[in-house]
Amino acid sequence: MSSPPPTPPPNPSALTNGSGAAAILSAAIGAFALSICAIAADKMPSVNAALVFYKPTGPLSGVTTLAILLWILTWGILEFRWRKRTVALGFTCSVAFTLLALSFLLTFPPIADLF
Amino acid sequence: MEITTRALWTLIHGMGFGALYLLASSGALLELYRLTTPSPPSPPTPGQFRFLNMYLVAMVVLAWAAVLTGAYVIYPWYRATPPPGAVDLSLFPQHLLMSNPATSGWHSLGMEWKEHVAWFAPISITTVAFVFIRYGRDLANHKQLRAAVLAFAAASFIAAGIAGCFGAMLNKNAPIQGGPSIQLSHGGVE
Repeated sequence: MSSPPPTPPPNPSALTNGSGAAAILSAAIGAFALSICAIAADKMPSVNAALVFYKPTGPLSGVTTLAILLWILTWGILEFRWRKRTVALGFTCSVAFTLLALSFLLTFPPIADLF
Repeated sequence: MEITTRALWTLIHGMGFGALYLLASSGALLELYRLTTPSPPSPPTPGQFRFLNMYLVAMVVLAWAAVLTGAYVIYPWYRATPPPGAVDLSLFPQHLLMSNPATSGWHSLGMEWKEHVAWFAPISITTVAFVFIRYGRDLANHKQLRAAVLAFAAASFIAAGIAGCFGAMLNKNAPIQGGPSIQLSHGGVE
């Protein structure tokens, strides 16, 4: 006589959390990269000049383009590696929230000017 | 009644994309919370999920349209350099603001923050839309992921709010002007 099938857990998740974690973490990395690039462009003339991708917009064009490229690249890599995995979401979210909060702070001129 | 092309673009950027995005943000936050709550009073319908999917995609489009028109259409007019010896700086808003200590802060704090923080809005809402569309109803089973989605939606709202607030004040103190005029209507003389 075969044993009865195991009772499914309540509210089973059809998807692992890896894909969501990849999206969350990469967005925070992109935002943080933008704030770092902005500070670098503001403080270093050579970086400032190098980030002028579109002259009428000035270094803002390079700062945002680089940050977006890094965001998309990071997202792609993390999505590829994590999409079928269950990751430590608490830790990932803590890192993401910290980076996002730092991004807001580092783009605030009185704080950015401290560097 | 007429408007310059630069003023029209500023209107499209600020009121057409930015303000509409801000209006949509509160609705998105509420619906994200309501549709992904683990124990809803009545289960959400598939139609409600489809509607929020489309709503979030529209927000993504609005957010990207706002930052791209801001950075690549309006910002070049804002930061344009006046010819040497220019006295009338009304066509050079950044320099107009910086020429007066009473208004220089609108650029050195307002625009300097706005031009960067605004980009967090499309990045965050794109993430929110992706996760919601990907997980849908299943998001209710991922408590931490749901919290992260709500936090990123709130962050997007805050970023857009900062950018919108400073954008409005910048345009009040040093409006973007110039370019060909567009005649909207012929007014009568009283």
